[in-house]
Amino acid sequence: MALGKRSTLRRILTVDLPMLVILTFTLGPYLWMFITSISPESTLFTEGPSIWNATIENYTRLFATVGFAGNMLDSLIVALGTVAVGLSLSVTAAYAFSRFNFRGKRILMVQFLLINMFPLVLLILPLFILMRVLGLLDTHLALIIANSTVAIPFSVWMMVSYMNGIPKSLDEAAMTDGCTRMQALRRVILPLCLPGIIATGIYIFITSWNEYLYALTLGGRNVRPITVAVQTLIGEYEVQWGLLTSGGIVGALPATILFLLVQKRLISGLTQGAVKG
Amino acid sequence: MTLADPPDRPHRRPLSRIVLPYAMLSPAVLVTLAIVFFPMVQTVWMSLHDYVLFRPNVFEFVGLKNFRAALNDEVFWISLRHTIIWMAATIPAQLLLGLVTALLLNQQFPWRPVARALVIIPWALPSVVIALMWVWIYDSNYGIANELLLRVGLIQRAIPWLANPDTALAAIILTLTWQGFPFFAVMILAGLQSIPRSYYEAASIDGASSWRQFWHITLPGISGVVVTAVLLRTIWVANSFDVIFVMTGGGPGYATHTLPLYAFIKARTNLDFGYGSAIATLFTLMLMVIVLVYLRRTAKAVQ
Repeated sequence: MALGKRSTLRRILTVDLPMLVILTFTLGPYLWMFITSISPESTLFTEGPSIWNATIENYTRLFATVGFAGNMLDSLIVALGTVAVGLSLSVTAAYAFSRFNFRGKRILMVQFLLINMFPLVLLILPLFILMRVLGLLDTHLALIIANSTVAIPFSVWMMVSYMNGIPKSLDEAAMTDGCTRMQALRRVILPLCLPGIIATGIYIFITSWNEYLYALTLGGRNVRPITVAVQTLIGEYEVQWGLLTSGGIVGALPATILFLLVQKRLISGLTQGAVKG
Repeated sequence: MTLADPPDRPHRRPLSRIVLPYAMLSPAVLVTLAIVFFPMVQTVWMSLHDYVLFRPNVFEFVGLKNFRAALNDEVFWISLRHTIIWMAATIPAQLLLGLVTALLLNQQFPWRPVARALVIIPWALPSVVIALMWVWIYDSNYGIANELLLRVGLIQRAIPWLANPDTALAAIILTLTWQGFPFFAVMILAGLQSIPRSYYEAASIDGASSWRQFWHITLPGISGVVVTAVLLRTIWVANSFDVIFVMTGGGPGYATHTLPLYAFIKARTNLDFGYGSAIATLFTLMLMVIVLVYLRRTAKAVQ
């Protein structure tokens, strides 16, 4: 049994301990931000952040005086809108890629991949001018459109990988039973893909919620998503780190929770293509 | 069999069968054409013009003048140099840390699922929040970075990490490494798990040391994923400048300017859309080399 003990010790030294160091590096900044956010502003600079006299005063101030609730609503509308656009446009496209062979299939698939490779800075200037011409600056729709530039190609790729995992024989069986193509897609394939669709939707939600540069450029006084609000806080309340960090925590929380909920499925979808490739 | 027939009736095949996939694709393709490809062409078009937003009536074709101006612009070259330094430092650091993390996560230990879930958190955070918390960490008076380093005795007095031109870029590179290494960890872990156990069993029966197993089984097994991940990450890191923009705005001076950031600032603060577009176009052309390598690999996999 001495052997068993030694190998446990060895495991702790070579695996558990290094992992703990990496996790400290990973979570440290986040925890530090959290601890700062629950420290009273009055003693923050004299005694430093601490958890002993924790308070939620920073959070109440955040919602009472800075008006963070409105910013969260803006982010929510934009993120949900982007999810709706991204998913609805990509379902049929992904089905076509997954089930049919047709001329130009490869080039069309590659074009969806290519879109995600272009620098955002290449798109942001003309989109600004486009929205100005259309009179859409400072509306939710402008941000939904801008975020869709990333969301559509991404969800097409994700859905293709999920649909490829569903055997073709299922659509064929449905069609022998008298379904049309579209019915087979709606009644058989979509329910089976639902977990994948949800994961893709959540990923789009997270990226739109987190998006900053479009929000800054195309938003304004009326539509100010949470990321812009956090950045504005940095400028306005420069040294009030209790307030700033509570803004950071609130801004990060929805995405963090959603991500932890779906991370397993999401990662399998994201890495599948890469491992095969 | 005419075009007017409803395309989704099951018993009439040929033409509807040919049209159907295109019909299903058209919404997504048309929208991306409108909101991605059309604006992109417009950027190139703008780059060939004198176009400053506060002089809306002047939209004069100037050919390659903006590009010539860029090549003579000192800030352009500074930004290019920073872009290269920044990527050459960030990507390998992310890769190395990601590889170590993946190898650890591939071992058996009781709290592995927890570790695997938590390690990815930086990836899910908004870049603004990442910037915010690192600005707080680097704060010259009250930041924890200075406090820890002072306590250990590595530095004698507090350093204004982000305000000092010599340390600003390095400080940002550390932040970006923190943000991006979980991506590598996740990708490489997936690669590791696709290597059959039997390879290792056979190797240990033949008496191969764990180092040799790593060198001859693990590394070749994950090389495909690693190359893909590096290419993808290079493209993403090159494209993203939001963290820098919030942390330093490109300063102090030009110390943390990178090319996409410079293009953005030119357009945003100087409203010089013509020149900004020219820099964005130049940058995209440089990036295309990496994108093409990646596309060739993926197109092969699609086939």
